[in-house]
Amino acid sequence: MRRLFRLPSVSKRLLYVWLRNQLVWRKLALPSALGNLADPMLYMLGLGYGLGSMLPTVNGTSYVAFLAAGTVCSSTMMTASFEAMYSGFSRMHVQKTWDAILNAPVTLDDVLLGEAIWTASKAFLSGASVLLVAAALGLVQSALALWLLPLVFLVGLAFAGMGLIMTTLSPSYDFFMYYFTLFITPMMLTCGVFFPTSQLPVWAQATATVLPLTHAVSIARPLMNGTVPEHVLMHVSVLALYAVASCYIALVLARRRLLT
Amino acid sequence: MSQLHVRGLRKAYDGREVVAGVDFELRAGECFGLLGPNGAGKTTTLRLCLGLTEPDAGEITMMGHAVPRHAREARARIGVVPQVDNLDPDFTVRENLFMYGRYFGFSKKIIAPRIPELLDFAGLTGREHSRIQTLSGGMKRRLTLARALVNDPDLIFLDEPTTGLDPQARHLIWERLHRLLSDGKTIVLTTHFMDEAERLCHRLAILDQGRVISEGAPRQLIERHIEPQVVEVYGEGAQAWARQSYRHAQRCERSGETIFCYALDADPIVHELKRHPELRYLHRPANLEDVFLKLTGRELRD
Repeated sequence: MRRLFRLPSVSKRLLYVWLRNQLVWRKLALPSALGNLADPMLYMLGLGYGLGSMLPTVNGTSYVAFLAAGTVCSSTMMTASFEAMYSGFSRMHVQKTWDAILNAPVTLDDVLLGEAIWTASKAFLSGASVLLVAAALGLVQSALALWLLPLVFLVGLAFAGMGLIMTTLSPSYDFFMYYFTLFITPMMLTCGVFFPTSQLPVWAQATATVLPLTHAVSIARPLMNGTVPEHVLMHVSVLALYAVASCYIALVLARRRLLT
Repeated sequence: MSQLHVRGLRKAYDGREVVAGVDFELRAGECFGLLGPNGAGKTTTLRLCLGLTEPDAGEITMMGHAVPRHAREARARIGVVPQVDNLDPDFTVRENLFMYGRYFGFSKKIIAPRIPELLDFAGLTGREHSRIQTLSGGMKRRLTLARALVNDPDLIFLDEPTTGLDPQARHLIWERLHRLLSDGKTIVLTTHFMDEAERLCHRLAILDQGRVISEGAPRQLIERHIEPQVVEVYGEGAQAWARQSYRHAQRCERSGETIFCYALDADPIVHELKRHPELRYLHRPANLEDVFLKLTGRELRD
């Protein structure tokens, strides 16, 4: 029992877990990048210009610029969630890739944290690509937006950890639907991606303040508009707490599932 | 130095003891077999030895390292062929070997020259760029075996290495395992194929309900537990015949329509049977399967 909860002990071998996933990804990089970029882009441009043309400015910016900041965060969240759950579950349960690796001198701690960092890396690529497109469209006001790069990695890690919790609990792929329907979709709608949270009833606003995506958007939007966000330390701390806690819980659950 | 030393090993799941006090010790260069019906605790014993599961009690020392505490160091000198193929389907044959070497911390420079010899060992030269899905079951097993050799291990674990393979593929695997033994490797294998155990293993432990119920060389086990001669009698009249001729055998067992007569001298039984042309029979020396069935019973294990 005590061993389930012990602190992670990792070695540099976790890099090989990361490398394995990166090698596979490289083979499918083009369709994968397209999938990770096309979907958020369609929403951002379709809603941004289509819906945006009927709207006055939102919080002092054009609607499409408002939406761009939200899309950087939401696409990071989506990529991390899909990778940690559907791809992670394939590797852990269906293909038994983790089992194969565990027969080498690599521990489950290495495997799980390697997976988390890989997932965050892939999510980073997704968020950074959206940011790049937004910059090319003139939707980024200042170089402050470069701070979004470390931010999206942190957001990716937080959603990697939460996704891996679901993966280590899951009996099958169908299980992930609960998470998407009950957690991801509500976040998309309440955390300020499409409209300011201030438009929501008070109880929904209160709920949104504990959700990680809210904190990501709260930092990303001012940075893209060229202003320094308020309460940066608090927002970053919440995201870091989500990342650390979720990765640790996922690790404990993975130990329970695979090592007992 | 013993490469694997197991003492008083215990592991329970949900209050049921799957491994209930197992002891054994490997000698360098031998092939040691763990035999047992399904659910006897073979795979759990292997997982415990590899440090993948925490024992409830007992001691394991592998390659001089205490397991599970130093399982990582111990596994650096070990090769594992798991029961279920877990080759990486996202990689080619070559990439599978290459990436597996990386998990051991080897640089590209160290792994690359080893790959041709591993492919040769697996009989997969020329298939290095094939996708895993295009390989036959036998090829996958051989590749899994080659993958287990990527770190040039001293000790190799094989969990049911030939289950599900056709006779040709099984013979090829056996030939490769003999080659490894002649190279001085030590092997631990689990199996429930008695011919496989008899052919490959220098020593065996028969496991049942988590305990080692007998241990020794295959011939020793047969001599210790069973009469040397067996006559199998088949057909509808077999049972009636057995009631009359029981006295000629030391022991008779029935399994369905077949009677197994175990005897020190089978001549009187065969002589009797010659007078019953309606019965078919087979007279053979006792083998490991007879020992196994005597010790673990004939009921189904699921």
